[in-house]
Amino acid sequence: MSFPILSLLVFLPLLGSLVILLIPKKKTGAIKALATVITAAVFIISIFLLIKFNYTNTNMQFEERLTWIPQINVSYHLGLDGLSIGLIFLTGLLSFLACISSCRDIHIRHKEYFFLYLMLITGMLGTFVALDLFLFYVFWELVLVPMYFLIGIWGGARKEYAAMKFFLYTLAGSVFMLLGILALYFNSPVRTFDILELAKYAPAFTLGLQILIFLAFYFGFAVKVPIFPFHTWLPDAHVEAPTPISVILAGVLLKMGAYGFLRISFPLLKDAAHYFAFPLAVLGAVNILYGAFVAMAQTDFKKMVAYSSVSHMGFVLLGMASFTVTGFNGAILQMFNHGIITGAMFLLVGVIYSRAHTRDLDKFGGLGVKMPVYAGFLSLFTFASLGLPGLSGFVGEFLSLLGGYYTFKTVTIISALGLVITAGYFLYMLQRMLLGSLNEKWAGLSDISKVEIFTLVPLMIITVVIGVYPLSILKYQSAAVIDLITKISGVIQ
Amino acid sequence: MVKFTHLIPVFPFIAFLINIFFGRKIKKVSALVSILFSTVSFLVSIFTFIGFLNGEGSYVVYRFLSFNNTALDFGVTVDALSCMMLLVVTCVGTLIQVYSIGYMEKDPRFSRFFAYLSLFMTSMLSLIIADNLLMFYMGWEGVGLCSYLLISFWFEKMSAARAGMKAFITTRIGDTGFFIGILLLYFITGSVYFKDLSALDTQNNLFYIAALLIFCGAIGKSAQFPLHTWLPDAMEGPTPVSALIHAATMVAAGVYLVARTYSLFMLNEASLAVVGVIGAITALMAASIATVTNDIKRVLAYSTISQLGLMMLGLGVGGYSAGTFHLMTHAFFKALLFLCAGSVIHGVQTQDLLKMGGLFKKMKATSITFVIAALAIAGVPPFSGFWSKDEILAEALNNGHPVLFSAALLTSLLTSFYMFRLIFLALFGRPRSELHAHESPKVMTIPLGILAFFSIFIGLLGSPFTHHAFQNFIAMPGLHHQEEIAVNYLAMGLSILVAFLGIALSYLFYIRNNKILAESVRAKFKPLYNLISNKYYFDEIYDFLFVKPALRLARISSGFDSGVVDRAVNLAASQTIVLSKIQAWFDRYIVDGLVNLVGIVFQVSSGALRRMQTGLIQNYLLVAFFGIILVIIFKLIGGN
Repeated sequence: MSFPILSLLVFLPLLGSLVILLIPKKKTGAIKALATVITAAVFIISIFLLIKFNYTNTNMQFEERLTWIPQINVSYHLGLDGLSIGLIFLTGLLSFLACISSCRDIHIRHKEYFFLYLMLITGMLGTFVALDLFLFYVFWELVLVPMYFLIGIWGGARKEYAAMKFFLYTLAGSVFMLLGILALYFNSPVRTFDILELAKYAPAFTLGLQILIFLAFYFGFAVKVPIFPFHTWLPDAHVEAPTPISVILAGVLLKMGAYGFLRISFPLLKDAAHYFAFPLAVLGAVNILYGAFVAMAQTDFKKMVAYSSVSHMGFVLLGMASFTVTGFNGAILQMFNHGIITGAMFLLVGVIYSRAHTRDLDKFGGLGVKMPVYAGFLSLFTFASLGLPGLSGFVGEFLSLLGGYYTFKTVTIISALGLVITAGYFLYMLQRMLLGSLNEKWAGLSDISKVEIFTLVPLMIITVVIGVYPLSILKYQSAAVIDLITKISGVIQ
Repeated sequence: MVKFTHLIPVFPFIAFLINIFFGRKIKKVSALVSILFSTVSFLVSIFTFIGFLNGEGSYVVYRFLSFNNTALDFGVTVDALSCMMLLVVTCVGTLIQVYSIGYMEKDPRFSRFFAYLSLFMTSMLSLIIADNLLMFYMGWEGVGLCSYLLISFWFEKMSAARAGMKAFITTRIGDTGFFIGILLLYFITGSVYFKDLSALDTQNNLFYIAALLIFCGAIGKSAQFPLHTWLPDAMEGPTPVSALIHAATMVAAGVYLVARTYSLFMLNEASLAVVGVIGAITALMAASIATVTNDIKRVLAYSTISQLGLMMLGLGVGGYSAGTFHLMTHAFFKALLFLCAGSVIHGVQTQDLLKMGGLFKKMKATSITFVIAALAIAGVPPFSGFWSKDEILAEALNNGHPVLFSAALLTSLLTSFYMFRLIFLALFGRPRSELHAHESPKVMTIPLGILAFFSIFIGLLGSPFTHHAFQNFIAMPGLHHQEEIAVNYLAMGLSILVAFLGIALSYLFYIRNNKILAESVRAKFKPLYNLISNKYYFDEIYDFLFVKPALRLARISSGFDSGVVDRAVNLAASQTIVLSKIQAWFDRYIVDGLVNLVGIVFQVSSGALRRMQTGLIQNYLLVAFFGIILVIIFKLIGGN
């Protein structure tokens, strides 16, 4: 076996978190430095994987496989393919940037914070590379615990409520997922938790059984995406979470749900997937429109961005429900783009909150004069969010809609109307933040700092590059998508 | 063959990057940067034009997307239409940027302004050279973005901020239709390339729908009825922006779009008819509003809407070359009109026509060019507007559209009337207020002169004197209806007649009989006057029909989200807590109670039994004795 690079990637943060435990509490500088170095290393490894990744190959790459619990046939099985490579890069990048942001924004109990933060990263990375359902479940749950404390300790006014809600909601979902995993295990002719192995047996299950298992997984994934009506934990968690955790939450955690569909539900339970295609598309449209309308009514900046996430994830759902190559490509790209753009949006919310100590949109106005650089960044990412062509958000939405149109015309046309509403609430936000005359209360605000710019620039570059040259990222996933579609539908659409 | 056309949008983009990142360091130099790169684009456009005349054509630049055997390559279209637009946009654009040096001189965000103008040039030029709908759409939205940024350039003014937002959202409504049209077209043809559109020849009704959806985009961008309301508000932006974006180039992009996809429209007569009728309604409606508007820039804004309607009408009646010809001449004279208006505003610091008057003597250069532009738009021969407007009228008549012809003719009458109303009110008569007018600097008046030159002579390219050189140049390959390039003297005569009639009427109203006649006419047609001067109540109707309901829906959704969905979640949580309390009670009093009961029973019974353990042998023997007696009695009773 070659060098276990994926294990290194996944467990390096965990190792880091253990080392942090050994550093005395008072040495916050050393703790921050270590965390930053570890996340930087993770980011570099993710870039290395991106470079080494062979995107014409549809098999698992950098695969590692060890027997773990032979009695019940659990193996330690990791691998990377076109579906996960983008998410690994996204996780690496956002972990690094959010870590830098954490160094500025977290003022209490550094040791515990960075310990939990690094543990969280291990959980996320592990979820995206695990190829054994048992292992997948372990990583999936590993994400939950640090997140609970990160919101519950370092959060805002209603942090306990939000953390509890997040934890219980997700846990309730994953209990169903566990049932689904066990159902797969006990129904397959060969008892195994291996996703690739199960992909050989599970598609032969009867439709009824597939539907049951699909629904079990659905609850686990739908809470994470989140799909209406399981989304209400999201605004609370976002509003209370500290800035870097919001970035991770929106940028990476939401993708775990959508990734679950692509990695587990669709290829394993393909008949059920087709059976539920239309409801999924409708739910996608509901997410898009409902999320947009609710976002329009918000006065809390962060809550507005949180609901915009609900709306944007609707495009992912619509693209996936189309079961076309175009739609899948759109959905995966939209996941990536949403991570980048919304991550940046939460950083920008954090910038203003750390200065003004409020997020009430009605209290701002005219900041364009006082904070021109901030205004520039905010405008750029706002336009990326509302799907301006030439920036990355558009490409994902376009492909999702194009794929969706192929399969579900009416639903897609209704969804496309969301583009107008999205433009409406985002521009309304820009107007209330930046335009008009300056509220004298904010005359003392300083413009965005160098460190903050540093965290935003990589995201800006990616947003622009994908916008004008989407092939740069699409090439990593397109072969895998064709393979996946062939497995699910038998024919390429 | 050297391929350099795709660099045309790249040059202004470099200027944009320089100005946006180093604008604060280089200050006023940013104007030179923008103008320099814009000039380079102009020169490359000339080379492209020459190359095209020598038979060079379209080519592919790079691969944008690819998966599943389908690939989308971005390339450039080099044909007569794109060459014409490239030349017009780079030429007018450069002149307007020169003018802006003077106009924006004292603005604190001087370099930001030039950065935005350069970004606009980038988007507009990439839209023009696009060889497929997706790339076109990218440029299309890009110009929309720049329009938003520039309308709300003076964003401290809330009205400017709101106008920018209104413009973006209103055009986005049309764009969504356009977007769905692209999806539909891709779905039926599997292609988004313009070159494949000309190969369609089926009678599939979906093409009709696709054409109408694409036209939705044009309606939004070219401010056609019913999405025209954003353009007058867009006048909140700096005047050079109004000239460049909201008169000469961007708003004409809608007309360009229809011309670009013309073969799609020609598949079905009905879709062309829709274009023509929308154009006619727009032209008349906007022209009528222009006659009663007192803000100098808003008059020109309504005039733009009206002229764009006229172009649409031209395209709708089958006059492909007539519509595009008017697009070209209009770009010059409308830019000139706006720049003259800007010069006037710069000189007198007001936009209210009723406060001006007698400026001719104080602002000679501006006034002369202003009059030239007015003559051009009014359709007075031999100025450029005459030739192109005449083409539209002739096409309408030749192709058998008498109603549309009358609409166009009436629009022409109104046009020359409101235009000279503006001229007479602003430049002639006695000053109506204390204004210290002064002529604008050379950097502003020289571009006026150049544009005036074009406004006079550019029309000759399409006149009988040059044997309709323009029409022959632009003529669409494969246009089955061979356009009539003969002079229609009836149309020409009527056109000249209404032009002079309009001027004469406004002379009568505003010079000879300064107040009285206007007042009496106004009194006679009071309801009509009110209707028109309130802009047909479009804003109010839209506010009532769309804006308020959308906001209400947003509030309802939000209420539903926290009141129902989230409450359900919290209810589930609280019910779980109640349930767990009941269970706890059950556990404590029933389950635990049972366990304790067992204990208590044993305790009580053992307490009772304990008393029997007296330790006295006699008692034990006594009990044993009675026990035996009892056993014997039982045996005897139930013995057998």
